[in-house]
Amino acid sequence: MIANTKQQAVLNAIEENKNLEGPLLPILHRIQNDLGHIPSEHVGDIANALNLSRAEVHGVITFYHSFKSEAHGKHIIEVCRAESCQAKGGRAIEAAVKAKLGIDYEQTTSDGAITLEPVYCLGNCACSPAIKIDTQIYGRVTEESLSDLIDSIKAGQH
Amino acid sequence: MIRVEHPNDPSKDYGTPSPISHNDIADKADIDTVTGTIDGVEVTVFKGTSVMRAAAIADINIPKLCATDSVKAFGSCRLCLVQIEGRRGSPASCTTPLEEGMVITTQNTELADLRRGVMELYISDHPLDCLTCSANGDCELQDMAGVVGLREVRYGYEGENHLDEVKDESNPYFTFDPSKCISCSRCVRACAETQGTFALTIENRGFASKVSPSQSEDFIDSECVSCGACVQACPTATLSEKSIIEAGQPEHSKVTTCAYCGVGCAFKAEMKGEEVVRMTPYKNGEANRGHSCVKGRFAFGYATHKERITTPMIRNNIDEQWQAVSWDEAFNFAADKLKSVQAQYGRKSIGGISSSRCTNEEVYLVQKMVRAGFGNNNVDTCARVCHSPTGYGLKQTLGESAGTQNFDSVEDCDVAMVMGANPTDAHPVFGSRLKKRLREGAKLIVVDPRRIDLVKSPHVQAEHHLKLLPGTNVAFINTMAHVIVIENLYDAEFVAERCENDAFNEWMEFIRDEKHSPENNEKVTGIPADEVRAAARLYATGGNSAIYYGLGVTEHSQGSTTVMGIANLAMLTGNIGRRGVGVNPLRGQNNVQGSCDMGSFPHELPGYRSVADDEVRGTFESAWGLNLDNEPGFRINNMLDAAVAGQYKGLYVQGEDIAQSDPNTHHVEAALKNLDCLIVQDLFLNETAKFATVFLPGASFLEKNGTFTNAERRISPVRKVMKPLAGKEDWEVTQGLCNAMGFEMNYSHPSEIMQEIASLTPTFTNVTYERLDKEGSIQWPCNDDAPDGTPTMHLDQFVRGKGLFKVTEYVPTDEKVTRRFPLLLTTGRILSQYNVGAQTRRTENNTWHDKDLLEIHPSDATDRGIVNGDRVKITSRSGETHLTAVITERVQPSVVYTTFHHPESGANVITTDNSDWATNCPEYKVTAVQISKVIQSKKNSDWQNQFESFTEKQLELADIEAEETS
Repeated sequence: MIANTKQQAVLNAIEENKNLEGPLLPILHRIQNDLGHIPSEHVGDIANALNLSRAEVHGVITFYHSFKSEAHGKHIIEVCRAESCQAKGGRAIEAAVKAKLGIDYEQTTSDGAITLEPVYCLGNCACSPAIKIDTQIYGRVTEESLSDLIDSIKAGQH
Repeated sequence: MIRVEHPNDPSKDYGTPSPISHNDIADKADIDTVTGTIDGVEVTVFKGTSVMRAAAIADINIPKLCATDSVKAFGSCRLCLVQIEGRRGSPASCTTPLEEGMVITTQNTELADLRRGVMELYISDHPLDCLTCSANGDCELQDMAGVVGLREVRYGYEGENHLDEVKDESNPYFTFDPSKCISCSRCVRACAETQGTFALTIENRGFASKVSPSQSEDFIDSECVSCGACVQACPTATLSEKSIIEAGQPEHSKVTTCAYCGVGCAFKAEMKGEEVVRMTPYKNGEANRGHSCVKGRFAFGYATHKERITTPMIRNNIDEQWQAVSWDEAFNFAADKLKSVQAQYGRKSIGGISSSRCTNEEVYLVQKMVRAGFGNNNVDTCARVCHSPTGYGLKQTLGESAGTQNFDSVEDCDVAMVMGANPTDAHPVFGSRLKKRLREGAKLIVVDPRRIDLVKSPHVQAEHHLKLLPGTNVAFINTMAHVIVIENLYDAEFVAERCENDAFNEWMEFIRDEKHSPENNEKVTGIPADEVRAAARLYATGGNSAIYYGLGVTEHSQGSTTVMGIANLAMLTGNIGRRGVGVNPLRGQNNVQGSCDMGSFPHELPGYRSVADDEVRGTFESAWGLNLDNEPGFRINNMLDAAVAGQYKGLYVQGEDIAQSDPNTHHVEAALKNLDCLIVQDLFLNETAKFATVFLPGASFLEKNGTFTNAERRISPVRKVMKPLAGKEDWEVTQGLCNAMGFEMNYSHPSEIMQEIASLTPTFTNVTYERLDKEGSIQWPCNDDAPDGTPTMHLDQFVRGKGLFKVTEYVPTDEKVTRRFPLLLTTGRILSQYNVGAQTRRTENNTWHDKDLLEIHPSDATDRGIVNGDRVKITSRSGETHLTAVITERVQPSVVYTTFHHPESGANVITTDNSDWATNCPEYKVTAVQISKVIQSKKNSDWQNQFESFTEKQLELADIEAEETS
């Protein structure tokens, strides 16, 4: 049943975007949005629809960090590790978020709620240190504000 | 304009490809040039040439890693940096085209520092095991480290690295060792640009970048087709042939010609002593242009397979043990038998069959032995069962029994119509060249009952896939012509000027008939009227249109008619007589063209000239010093029929396995059993040899000198790289037998045979071994009228003068579906196996295809309760056999498909003895059958059980002897 839903999502994404010029990225975005990842067993469907090889589609998916090949947590917290954020205490934020969630980078909390990822610059340097939760960027993060944000995610308020 | 010579030193890598096409080079077209100065040397090159290539032409070799001249410049390794006067920075020489007046410096301290810095980074993440590395002596990374003068790596080797990456050894022929990879992408680009499969990518990014077959799979599970282009392109040991890992680098090499399909690729046989350690596609090979497929590149191990028979053997009957004897004993035994058969049953009771896998010289000798030594014209060749309709049909219409183009022609083609051919499987290197042209924008029409890979694969999609029912080719081709005529899309000027008018008018009357309309023929062919109409318009108006066809055209009861229909279509639209167009038969075996050219047919002397022509026959009679029979002899099927009838008693078969390859196995076996003397000359105890009483060991293409002629009429040298395992080359064996028969032959080298061929065959007059050595290959006709050979035929006029339109009435085959046999079986080939499989089955190619399968459409399978992997019975009017079913939509409903690479499959037990009306080419492509599921305990049919026990017995009879003599 789930497999069917997945395939349907993939086929829908293909159908909606295949006539665009350069349809691969829009298709991948759509699938990523709908499923939270791009199931590798359906890469063949995408390749077939666009007359590409599976290798080519795989190359594009793995090139972009934002495309996931496997399901991740319901929410993604990205912590900036670039120069500006590090200069403004980002390392402490990194340590705090890991401690609070009890996981390392590229891991997901056991309840499947949150995946933690490093990121190298969110373009928010003026308000370092910065993190991003799903699509929302937060600046001048402190250990306290971070803790509150995580609590609000857990409470389902995000 | 300055004339610039096109450099083509095959041992040199110019870094980037020439900007000029092969065809423009051949035409010596006027192409703009630019002149620049590189390190003080003035260099003039074609416009568009990279600085790197220009420098290489001037023998200034800029360091490089990611650049190689088989793929486009990429600019990733940053080693080929140069300085250009008046420009800032240090651009990559591979991606910078030379411009007029440019002044370039390739070497100075600053560049040296930059390069050393780049190299230092590469080496900081590369194993330092050069001395024990398989690429030692053939590694560009090693070379470049030397060239840039790398002396230390300041970063150390302790940091994060890729040295522990795990090897992928899944492919039987090469390994992938990512720890040695420098991520230059040459393999990825070769897979895309050269082969056109796109099976490789670079996954991830930055430090995590890694070459990935498909989706991080092992090579063997990925989309890879094992053509070897990636291995060829790899500058390090990352992708290495297992044979090289095992044996080490070769120490000498010889250029020769592949013995598989009719593409006739040129290869370098790379040797250690007498051992072939690697076959690499030869860069200057004009058929393959440096590319290869899994067969030619890797599947050469059969030549030294333990089942090779290396001593002559004789026996009195097929239930006796084989006795190993000397060559002379075998010759005398065979000759005595043949002579006594002739004494008892008459001069015409014996004959011979030559092989399209043997050289021109060997084939020529076989027909000479039969005509002069046997005293009759009972000689035929395996082309009988594949492309004989091509010979007949093209001779009738155009005047010459051969394809009209060279393979380079495809580079100028705008519309390719591929009919009854499956190039990516059966002619893979041509398939890749066609795909390249399709990616450049040429359009494709596929005419095939089955969805071949060309219909849809990465970056290729046929404009039209016309899924006709097997057996309706003529109806289809007439419909195409009808649409073109009715819609007035034909080239009236070309036809008026180049073709016979009366015949054309007669044909026009025929083809205008409404019965050929798409709507009418839709019922016959199954192709929707609109679809065929659109395809006809595309073919007629799409620019340069070329037809490529294969055995799906010829192996029918109307094979010759379809060939003539194809020629009609090309003449009608003026698509003949120049580059990019034409009628292109894709020949099945390496020397089909050559074996036909050499007079292998019972009615024709070399050069397709009738044995009944007194003048022509006279030239052979005076050269050979005896009178020749002026009556055509038996074709293969006549021989078999006469053998069954007891009138034909002696047969010499060189390098063909009629018991497996010819239709209606029951009939063939009955014929072979009825012979008094069957002489088989082959590498292995093949299926036919199991019925033989004389076995003469053959030599593989690596063990002899000679020439092969490919589908483009290209005569290419075959060169001996090792001693014949049995001591004799095949031409020596024929000569020995012929001498024992009492007709003297005294050749000491195949070049003398070629001399004789040239002296007696007008299309070969100027062909010599000296010229082949110098020029690499020659396309016939090559004579005083065409001293350089003939890449494109029928340029200003047809060989026969005016082109002849032939009326091509569609006559349905007798092989019709009925309630008893409701499905149509058609047969074909697969990439990894070749023909009857005698060679490829004795290599690791079995990894890909170890048994023949029956493809069946889901709806036909469901009707019969068949699921994937079921054992099924296939029954036809001729017989029955059992195969394993694979359910696929590649075939259309009511059509089933199989291959014939494995003898135990018995594909030809089912095929019938229907054949082409003109040439008797068997109708392999259409057999009405029924399919039903069998229970597991009935795994094999009765024939298969008999086959198994007969094979076991025959192997015992040979093996025991073989062991005693070894």
